[in-house]
Amino acid sequence: MNRAKRQVLGIPVLDEAALHQTGQGFMADTIDAPLRYTPLHALHLALGAKMVPFAGYAMPVNYPAGILKEHLHTREQAGLFDVSHMGQAILSALPGIDIAAAFETLVPGAIAELNPGQMRYTTLLNAQGGILDDLMVTRPVRPEHQHQLFLVVNAGRKTEDFVHIETALAGKAILTRMEDRALLALQGPAAVTVLTRLVPEAAMLAFMHGRRFHIGGDELIIHRCGYTGEDGFEISVPANAAEVWAKRLLAEPEVAPIGLGARDSLRLEAGLCLYGHDIDETTTPIEANLLWSISKRRREGGGFPGSTIIQAQIKDGPKRLRVGIRPDGRAPAREGAEILDLNGNAIGHVTSGTFSPTLNAPIAMGYVNASSATDGTPVNLIVRGKPLAAHIAPMPFIPKRFHR
Amino acid sequence: MTNIFYTQDHEWIRLDGDVGTVGISNYAQEQLGDIVFVELPQPGTKIGQGEEIAVVESVKAASEIYAPVSGEIIDANNALEGAPVTVNEAAESDGWFFKIRLANTSELDGLMDAAAYKTFVEGLA
Repeated sequence: MNRAKRQVLGIPVLDEAALHQTGQGFMADTIDAPLRYTPLHALHLALGAKMVPFAGYAMPVNYPAGILKEHLHTREQAGLFDVSHMGQAILSALPGIDIAAAFETLVPGAIAELNPGQMRYTTLLNAQGGILDDLMVTRPVRPEHQHQLFLVVNAGRKTEDFVHIETALAGKAILTRMEDRALLALQGPAAVTVLTRLVPEAAMLAFMHGRRFHIGGDELIIHRCGYTGEDGFEISVPANAAEVWAKRLLAEPEVAPIGLGARDSLRLEAGLCLYGHDIDETTTPIEANLLWSISKRRREGGGFPGSTIIQAQIKDGPKRLRVGIRPDGRAPAREGAEILDLNGNAIGHVTSGTFSPTLNAPIAMGYVNASSATDGTPVNLIVRGKPLAAHIAPMPFIPKRFHR
Repeated sequence: MTNIFYTQDHEWIRLDGDVGTVGISNYAQEQLGDIVFVELPQPGTKIGQGEEIAVVESVKAASEIYAPVSGEIIDANNALEGAPVTVNEAAESDGWFFKIRLANTSELDGLMDAAAYKTFVEGLA
């Protein structure tokens, strides 16, 4: 029970995530810096959450219901997640600059084609085509905002991302960090029913679209998107109104508070990447099986960091690929487990692994040599020194239920 | 006369003659959360005190279970393999992991009784 004791002694449950982030350029004094609180900290405590350090913030890993029930509740009804630790920002072009063209020099996603109110998933890349972060980008709705983009980036990378963007686009655009805002995610099949009671026009949003709403004096920025594979919304609210809005949503009978533990198992079932685990500066979007996030125009035209390397990987195929993995028994394989082919050759490693509450079976994702990446390929995972039979499996592990 | 002892790693062992039944404490299962998998030892396995003998996994993490005493495994609770949630529901009764024939009963002297363990856990809060 060694690790249970470590949890008791206050070492984070999600310690691998926290450790990874401290290894990614955080200064030594930052590791010991006091944890930051989101605007919902008092509410988490009042709800009985177990709090853990994550990306420099005290965050709820689970509430008294526990990860399994929270996970299943989100799949069946609606879950409310505090994701205020993520980085929100507005990028504004200076006069004479096309904001989409400028941002396309940093990401391989097609930004120019975004319609007003449309959101896109893309990646910030380094010169080798490695992923600095994955993020969401929205073109605002209003004509007077067409020189701007709305960005949401990962908590553990926001400091570095924002400096990177400011530096790379110096003289072309100004980045405004929205540190006075909280971010709530409402996810699950009942999310639209619930949100419509409070924001009637929210139901009109199409998947991967967002806009501003003014409700009772609060400016909300609501997008129809998420990180669970379900229909849902991400709701940016002023920090001083965050608790009121969270309580309003939690007062709806379908809604339960959901912690980071279930957020991780939900996104893994949906086949979605967790930065610092499934993707990082050493993986390209092609290796990460994110080719879908690069449009035909951008594949052909390049003009983003590492585009020569990425275009070669598209043409010749990458040497390794991110794949889904289903262990054959009940034992989960965790991050770091080595993957062997049936001849005992090392062909890769697991980057995320958990027990899927929906499937009542373990699931994982990881990287394997491209020649072993075909669905159904039998492999062995080394767990506690012993081979665990598994096979390469398609992702998502559960059907996506995004609203179209 | 007490016959249940606890380790600082949150295992319990209940004595019946020279055979001990071993599991994890109720406090430990609360800390771990929903248990989804257990790996149990094979009967006949000889093990030293403090050595890793079993594994319990929650949704979020794996945790090793250490032998609270030296001895030989004589039985395992195979019902847990199909119903690991029993550990959450009845950690200190039906959720037992294995039975061990003690090699050296004096090893019990280093363990805590129920009252001492209760105090120990309160000190961790």
